[in-house]
Amino acid sequence: MSFLQLLWYFVVGLLFAAFLVLDGADLGIGMATRFLAFNYDERQQLLRTIGPHWDGNEVFLIAAGGSMFASMPMWYASLFSGFYLLLFLVLIALIFRGVSFEFAENAETKKGRNAWMWTNFWGSLCTAFLFGMLFTAMIQPVPIDAQGNIFASFLDVVNPLSLLGGVALTALCLYQGLHYATLRTSGLMRDHAATLCGNMYWAAYPVEVLFAIALYFQTDFFVTHPIATLFFLVVIVATTVWGHLATIRDREWSAYIASTVTLAALVALIFVGLFPNVLIARNSAHTISIVSASATSYTLGVMTVVLCILLPIVIAYFTWSYISQWHRVSLQEVQEDQDGY
Amino acid sequence: MFNIGMSVVSLARFQFAMTTIFHFFFVPMSIGLGLLVAIMETMYVIKKKPIYLTMTKFWGKIFLLSFAVGVVTGIIQEFQFGMNWSNYSRFMGDIFGAPLAIEALLAFFLESTFLGIWMFTWDKMKPIWHSLMIWLVVIGSTLSALWILAANSFMQNPVGYKIDPKTGHAVMTDFFAIIKNQQLWYEFPHVIFGAFVTGSFIVAGASAWMLFRKKSPAFFRKSMRLGLIVGLFGLLGGFVSGDGQMLYLTKDQPMKFAAAEGEYKNVKSPAAWSVVQISNTKEKTASYRIEIPYMLDLLTYHKPSGNITGMDQVNKDLHKKYDKKFGKNMNYYPPVNTLFYSFRIMVAGAGALGMLSLLGLWFSRKRKNTIVKQKWLLLLLTLATFGPFLINSCGWIVTELGRNPWVVYGLLPIADAVSPSTSAAAVLFTIIVYFFLFSFLGAFMFVYAKKNLEKGPEAIDDTIEYDTEDPFSKEAFSK
Repeated sequence: MSFLQLLWYFVVGLLFAAFLVLDGADLGIGMATRFLAFNYDERQQLLRTIGPHWDGNEVFLIAAGGSMFASMPMWYASLFSGFYLLLFLVLIALIFRGVSFEFAENAETKKGRNAWMWTNFWGSLCTAFLFGMLFTAMIQPVPIDAQGNIFASFLDVVNPLSLLGGVALTALCLYQGLHYATLRTSGLMRDHAATLCGNMYWAAYPVEVLFAIALYFQTDFFVTHPIATLFFLVVIVATTVWGHLATIRDREWSAYIASTVTLAALVALIFVGLFPNVLIARNSAHTISIVSASATSYTLGVMTVVLCILLPIVIAYFTWSYISQWHRVSLQEVQEDQDGY
Repeated sequence: MFNIGMSVVSLARFQFAMTTIFHFFFVPMSIGLGLLVAIMETMYVIKKKPIYLTMTKFWGKIFLLSFAVGVVTGIIQEFQFGMNWSNYSRFMGDIFGAPLAIEALLAFFLESTFLGIWMFTWDKMKPIWHSLMIWLVVIGSTLSALWILAANSFMQNPVGYKIDPKTGHAVMTDFFAIIKNQQLWYEFPHVIFGAFVTGSFIVAGASAWMLFRKKSPAFFRKSMRLGLIVGLFGLLGGFVSGDGQMLYLTKDQPMKFAAAEGEYKNVKSPAAWSVVQISNTKEKTASYRIEIPYMLDLLTYHKPSGNITGMDQVNKDLHKKYDKKFGKNMNYYPPVNTLFYSFRIMVAGAGALGMLSLLGLWFSRKRKNTIVKQKWLLLLLTLATFGPFLINSCGWIVTELGRNPWVVYGLLPIADAVSPSTSAAAVLFTIIVYFFLFSFLGAFMFVYAKKNLEKGPEAIDDTIEYDTEDPFSKEAFSK
């Protein structure tokens, strides 16, 4: 394995992690509109915190997919065609969620706005759940033929581990969204978000234990990488405890960072566990590795140059967009905005 | 699974055509509307008249709607290469992935980040900086078109690659050759000008409809004129770039060219241009032709002489060139009638839009403003709103169907590109869901855009009373 191949495996993982950390909060906010907010204005208050950012955050997913295509085309081709219907459902959820922001603002009747708000909720929930399923279906051995085609059956996609993965990611995104809401809203909304998050943390521990058990039975992570797998599982539990305690003690930033690390550790667990492979075949001769999935060193070289030039620029204005828009959104502000139009 | 009598290839092709055409309704719309909104806001910065700010906000709302639908349908496009065309992705991944990843890094981040800022900083930024935000969005979406077309141009005209003898896949040998691809520099301006026309005619056509209904005439007259001026500029650019593209095609993809002109046999100079014809694709003959002498040479070579290679000759050449590699059973004839008429609808439609813009500008000019009285023209302009969508789709049909039977010209036939692991049933199922989804999204987008239009500029700025003047007096418009 060359350095460039290793680098791009890391980059793809990093982009997925960035997607989950940043857009995970957006998905969580979308879900929170039904747990925290009790009328249209309150929902707007929540959505206003992600209004300028959710679109850009979602680009991390497109960048991750594009980078996967460019750096490891065999992985992209096998994964995307193999988990066909699951990805299709992800797309549908993303589409409905994506248009709901703009459509809710344009709907004039209360009924219409309500319908798009529900769309946003379900779109966010399903996106998180289905991505959790996808990530955990991806790490299990599946039937792959010599050409790299995956012929996944229903049980390869829907099984205890993937369902738990779905539940886990949904919960993690919700925590992330609630932490983000405590940072970006003021007044009652902030307090409600903190309280709800603190209470919901109790649900995390049993899910994490079950997840570890399912991981043991459905993947070879404990066989191939026993130390790394245990390490990341411990990190996940430890950061959950950290986030929980920080929430109870009302340390907003600390809690947000904790859940960010949890999400990143989950991606790390998956990428380290798979390493040096990207898709595990039942017949181990057909397993697709980083090396066999990789693009040529020329393409990787070009992409590395492009990445080194563009990524700092992207990070710079992306960060600026957060800093320049950073303030606590109050209910009053949202109501005044609506009167203005 | 069960047999539904349709092949995965034809279903996957249908799905690709459907999703691309739907996506390509909204891409040119959001690029073009973005440009118009940016121009409006720049005029506000320069002239400082509040009407330009109202225009920016008013058309900005419709722009945001189109952007939202454009973005979400774009994700389908990215995923689809892997989902339905995994063998294509394997064959082309080394080359195709790079522009796609660069598109995300360079273009998508730019447009979505600055659009987010633009939407929420009306009162928080100086107008000049605020207008810079929307220009960055326009630059982002233009760059995104550039990179996806770089990928498409490779499929039309592969350059800077070699075939890996071990895997049989195409691998990149020269990144700059892919960017310098001649095909790209004919295709990109043509698509961008088409996008400008689309945005312009949405503004102009929608304004015409409101003028027809005599709502806020001062506001909509100004909008309409801006739309028509930018539209005319776009049409001119589209004409020049399209003209160059056709001449280039005679050398590079002679089959596409000959099919668009419906010529089976070689035509010696002077070549006549057929306006109407019905091609018999089985017998490979054309009937019911109405011709204009010398015209094809004039159109193609800009002089009354020059030979045109017919499809039969190109077919022979292609068989000679590719039979060893792909066998003798390849069918190199594209769907001739579809290409012939798509090409004509595109050209004639653009011409008609040009005429309408000139008429609209003439009747709405400052000195003798009688546009509200020209009801026929206003109605035609309203209908013209939908023209660019038809024209753009026809353009893509010529480009994509014309390279039949290749996905990557000369390298990969369509049938070899499809995913071996997906079932026809799965593709059919997703086609049906996408179809309803697109109809649903399209309908809501249309209804919401129409509602915004009908609320009028007063919904944004009620301090300016646009309707106090008598809409029929000449003085009302000459301000």
